[in-house]
Amino acid sequence: MTFVRRRPLVILIHACAVCLAAASLAHTLWTGLDDRCVALAFAVLVALGELARWNGAEVRESAPLGAAGALAYALLGEDAGRATGHGVPQVVTVVLAASLVGSVPHIARGQGPTADHLARRVLTVAFAAFCFQPLYSQGPFGKGAGPAYALLLVALLALTALCDAVLAAALSHSRTGWPFGPLLRDELRGMLGIGSAVGATGAVMALAVAVVGLWALPVFSLPLLLTQLSFRRYAAVRTTYRQTIASLARATEIAGYTPAGHARRVAALSEAVGRDMGLSGPDLTVLEYAALMHDIGQLSLVDPVPAGATAALPAAEQRRIALLGGAVVRQTGVSPQVATVVERQADPCGEQPVAARIVRAVNAYEEKARDAGPGGPLRALEELRLATAGEYASEVVESLARVLWNQGGGAMGVRLPGSRRQGGGGRRAGLSDPARGWVTHG
Amino acid sequence: MEAIPARARAYVACVALGALLCLLPLPSVHTPWWAVAPLAALYAGCQQISRWRPLGTFYPVLLAGAFLLPPPAAALVALPGALLSPVAGRSRATRRIWRAAELVVAVWAAARVHWALGGRDAVVTPDFPYALLPALAAVLAFCLVLSVLDGGILALAETVPVRRAWRGLFLRSLAPIGVHGLAGLMMAVLWRSPYGPFAALLVLLPMCVSAWVFAQYHRERAAHQATIRALVQAVDIKDGYTRGHSERVGQASTMIARELGMDDERVEVLRFAGILHDVGKLGVPTRLLRKDGPLTPEERRVIELHPEYGHEMVRGIAFLGEARAAVLHHHERLDGSGYPYGLVGTQIPECARVVAVADAFDAMTSTRSYRRARPVAVALEELRRCAGAQFDPRMVAALVQALGRHGWHPAVTAGEEPRATPPADTRLGAQP
Repeated sequence: MTFVRRRPLVILIHACAVCLAAASLAHTLWTGLDDRCVALAFAVLVALGELARWNGAEVRESAPLGAAGALAYALLGEDAGRATGHGVPQVVTVVLAASLVGSVPHIARGQGPTADHLARRVLTVAFAAFCFQPLYSQGPFGKGAGPAYALLLVALLALTALCDAVLAAALSHSRTGWPFGPLLRDELRGMLGIGSAVGATGAVMALAVAVVGLWALPVFSLPLLLTQLSFRRYAAVRTTYRQTIASLARATEIAGYTPAGHARRVAALSEAVGRDMGLSGPDLTVLEYAALMHDIGQLSLVDPVPAGATAALPAAEQRRIALLGGAVVRQTGVSPQVATVVERQADPCGEQPVAARIVRAVNAYEEKARDAGPGGPLRALEELRLATAGEYASEVVESLARVLWNQGGGAMGVRLPGSRRQGGGGRRAGLSDPARGWVTHG
Repeated sequence: MEAIPARARAYVACVALGALLCLLPLPSVHTPWWAVAPLAALYAGCQQISRWRPLGTFYPVLLAGAFLLPPPAAALVALPGALLSPVAGRSRATRRIWRAAELVVAVWAAARVHWALGGRDAVVTPDFPYALLPALAAVLAFCLVLSVLDGGILALAETVPVRRAWRGLFLRSLAPIGVHGLAGLMMAVLWRSPYGPFAALLVLLPMCVSAWVFAQYHRERAAHQATIRALVQAVDIKDGYTRGHSERVGQASTMIARELGMDDERVEVLRFAGILHDVGKLGVPTRLLRKDGPLTPEERRVIELHPEYGHEMVRGIAFLGEARAAVLHHHERLDGSGYPYGLVGTQIPECARVVAVADAFDAMTSTRSYRRARPVAVALEELRRCAGAQFDPRMVAALVQALGRHGWHPAVTAGEEPRATPPADTRLGAQP
């Protein structure tokens, strides 16, 4: 999903990175490489890190070893007690060249690193080197500074991480149009996890190479590889878990209680609204799971609600189904927050948590809009706006309107996927529809 | 957890005595207290943190101590942390003493080996790559001592056969402790470098993050399994008289898969295939599932849709792999008279043929509302009779062999009370 009107920021960042890389390359070609052995060793490390990169979904740092190696090279002042002579241009050149070489196999498989990834790598490494090299060669942090030197490295790495988070959030903001604040918060939260491991490894490698020479690189790459492996398994089990929850949500569709694809559409739209309202990280996950399972209470009903449309039922009945759903969710081992959201989706909106408000409004919108033909979305929104006070939170409805406007490319009343009538094959045909990516997940 | 047997207590006392012997020469060696105190505090701190956030045992600190200090002093580092560490269950004092004594002995052995190979000078100089050799030897010694002592307590306290207690303990611990050893070596080198202990602390950060993520992974995996169980329970609630059927079919499928020599990953997939094979019954009206008496052809057709409903549900779960095909095809017959597609012979996926046999076996050996359970031997005879036409003879033979070897002990589903009328004679008695 691209929005042409916000792209200048992306172009600006990419242009900066390209200019920097070109200037560095020219400078390095002109002056030649200093300390070839050190440059080669770090290049190999960065390239190996890129090779071991992992193109899974929802990972903040897909090539932690490469990132740590690049940072260590930028912050390297000595090699086994002997001062090194590489400057900022050489750092940028070596890191970029190694990253490109390491990603050749990935590019061959058609899943290489994106331009964003490379631009961020170049800019953050250049930032770290720019801050470090002058301080090291002229300032008070030269040879013999001892512990203060280690402190300086940590401070610089924290700054670099901040800079990287801002860059990443800016890129993602301008690509998706989601609010900048929550995106930055997400990025910073990610920094606490694998980001801090990468930063600490970079610092340790720089210090250890200064003490024992290049032998430190293989010795300390292993612990970081272990970290990467743990993250990989964690991400894999999270993906599986999400798929299982989606399947559980489909149970109501298979059992004929709700129309096909309803849970999935409500989840995607709720997530978009949640982002628009500034939710981030774990809150979004809770929202997504709760939206997927919001109708699960209907499994306990003896007779299906007509077309699964709970929004049209009396409030007491809605609340009863919500409580039943909460009970089912609690059995599934999903976090209790999700169960709370499912339970309280039918409460008056003043007493609800934000996620429950979102699920309630989006569910009502989806039910009203899906069979209403071309003008349906507009009319459904209007109905939500006019509903009695306390039924739907007005800020959620406004946010929903914004999200729908953005998704329709600016034209309201376009054929939203929800408005498509499922054809003659009944619910089975609808279930076979591939998931449409009308909301791109980060 | 029952009380600790007397022989295990004696064993713990012996090891504790050994630990005291390790610490005895402490006054006579030159102990660098400025290094012992912060390392011990660091280790104790890490152990305390793991009270709230499970991080596992923190070997890098202990191994860094072993690389930096003389053996008795290195052994002392482990003592306060291990004595204060959180333990669960009864007789906590004994457990704490055991943990502390075991670690003291292991760290002492590692430090002794490291010292003997001249590792300390290599760390201080620092002399790479030679420093790696004593460090690796020390890690080996550490693993060896830990696994021997652990095997001993397993054999005495939990009465695990001695050979099984020792098998695998050493090899399994070697890789993770080896990585911890490398981190410990880096820590020791940086500790003695001009950059000082602060730089050494940075080494711990990636290890902490890794341990934390690992704990998260286990939590998420447990949640995932609970969700799968919830899916199965939803079916069990609908289809009253098949309680526990899904779990048992999973168990029987696993037995067949093992007998056929499939690798562990595929066995696991088959377990899920067995557990989830009837998940599509969620889509069949409860009235039909619970109906007593014969079904009309129309009703039968509706029930026969359940493999397709099930496939629709689990289609999106990528890790299930070929288990999804098993859910779709578990009612196919070898002669082509099954449903939904009427596949013949090897057209039917292998995993579906396994689940079909397991499903039929459990259906016959469990009590249904309309008939009592049949004995295992009778069920196997029936399976053999139908092999070739309905079932794959290879799978039937595998089931017969597996049952002959291990017997049939159906597990009770979690969260379900034991059945009121246990199936008559489910144990494999005089079966060849």
